[in-house]
Amino acid sequence: MAKITYIEASGTEHVVDVETGLTVMEGAIRNLVPGIDADCGGACACATCHVYVDPDWMARTGGRESMEDSMLDFASDVRDNSRLSCQIKVNEALDGLVVRLPEQQG
Amino acid sequence: MSAGIVIIGAGQAGLSAAEALRRRGHAGPVTLVGEEDAPPYQRPPLSKAYLSGELPADRLWLKPPAFYETAKIDLKTGVRVTAIDRAKKRVITAEGEAIAYDQLIVSTGGAARRPPIPGADLPGVHVLRTLAEADALSGALGQARRLVIIGAGYIGLEVAASARKRGLDVAVFEAADQAMARTASPLLGGWFGALHRGYGVDLQVRAGVAAITGAERADGVRLADGERVEADVVLLATGLTPGVSLAEAAGLNCADGVLVDGDARTSDPDIFAIGDVARFDSALYGRSLRLESVQNAIEQAKAAAAAITGAPASYDPVPWFWSDQYDLKLQIAGLIEGADQMVRRGDPEEGHFALFHFKDGVLIACEAVNRAPEFMAAQRLIAARARPDPDRLRDVTVAMREFLS
Repeated sequence: MAKITYIEASGTEHVVDVETGLTVMEGAIRNLVPGIDADCGGACACATCHVYVDPDWMARTGGRESMEDSMLDFASDVRDNSRLSCQIKVNEALDGLVVRLPEQQG
Repeated sequence: MSAGIVIIGAGQAGLSAAEALRRRGHAGPVTLVGEEDAPPYQRPPLSKAYLSGELPADRLWLKPPAFYETAKIDLKTGVRVTAIDRAKKRVITAEGEAIAYDQLIVSTGGAARRPPIPGADLPGVHVLRTLAEADALSGALGQARRLVIIGAGYIGLEVAASARKRGLDVAVFEAADQAMARTASPLLGGWFGALHRGYGVDLQVRAGVAAITGAERADGVRLADGERVEADVVLLATGLTPGVSLAEAAGLNCADGVLVDGDARTSDPDIFAIGDVARFDSALYGRSLRLESVQNAIEQAKAAAAAITGAPASYDPVPWFWSDQYDLKLQIAGLIEGADQMVRRGDPEEGHFALFHFKDGVLIACEAVNRAPEFMAAQRLIAARARPDPDRLRDVTVAMREFLS
């Protein structure tokens, strides 16, 4: 279990508990956090679950895989801390993680 | 009080429509009626990670139970609609209940097609479209050593890959002269055929199945050339029959799908159809299309919700699809039918490449194997009816981004 804070582009914060083994994307869907579409359901095929990882947490979430990196290359408003949230697996070490959501997906 | 909006079919399209209506501020009642017992779930993993055992059922649900409560969506599962009464604007369920509507959305998807092969109704013969069917197939595979799959489309090949992961012997028989014959280019189909053979699948093309054999249950197949192949489980993976029967019986215009306009509206102005069951006119491709994909389910649902809430849509997507087989990701943008020129980028021998298909110099499709930038760029180029220079496309040192500027 990890406590994760999702911050919408509007600033609204959602602090929720996410089970180990799920992805950060699934944590948002299961807790009704708006702003993550995840059209492909986590297959790294659509780039609609884009988040910005808080810089303090980037070391612990790890870097992008090459497929993820390529998909993000074509998303809008991509920054150094952009990740596809379906590719971040939740574990105890991510307890306290903070991610911010973009204005729009895709 | 208004009757609200009734949605028949609680798959990806129906759920997406309900959600989109709420996002657009529709405040009236929304009733989502599903024939299956399960709440709305993702179908794509049924042939992939769910079947291989990597993804448990509770990760298939599209929404948590709290969503339906919070969004005030009246989800009725295990309820079969038997008729649409257009005169009285209501639908009738198998239990005789009448549910009134102001607007109706038909998102009935379809059922796995069962071709008229002798023996197709024997026990031990499976199809794969629903969660219940996936569970039945998965259970049968747990007791089986040898699986025969009839049809080498997406479902057939994905199941082949998943069953190999589970250690089964797998044979795939395809009547056409390549794998994925309906949707993929010969080069891609041939490449995927070779891929599966490399993983130990006995994949044969130009191999029609004359009969499924067995007295009390299926014990194999007999090919058109007379060869007999043994199997413990047989899977029919021969496409989808769109679920048009309710719409047809109600007198809506249908032709291999329920015919709709760019607002997803049928021939009845108060009835919409979306997803796998709907056929619409594509300006981009100059013909009518019925798309079986998650993207189409979601986007056409949004178009219908927009139209219902007073914002006319003009649905004309660049279709896209994906498939996971072994450790490969296939992504397809556009449709290849009618292409007259193909450009290859990257080397298929290296396991990652893209095939670009043109018609009269305009890019109409891209098939990408482990090549996400090509897929992502192609979506935009196809939408813009672009004419990228084939020589530059072939040159892997030219980044895909450069074609977008």
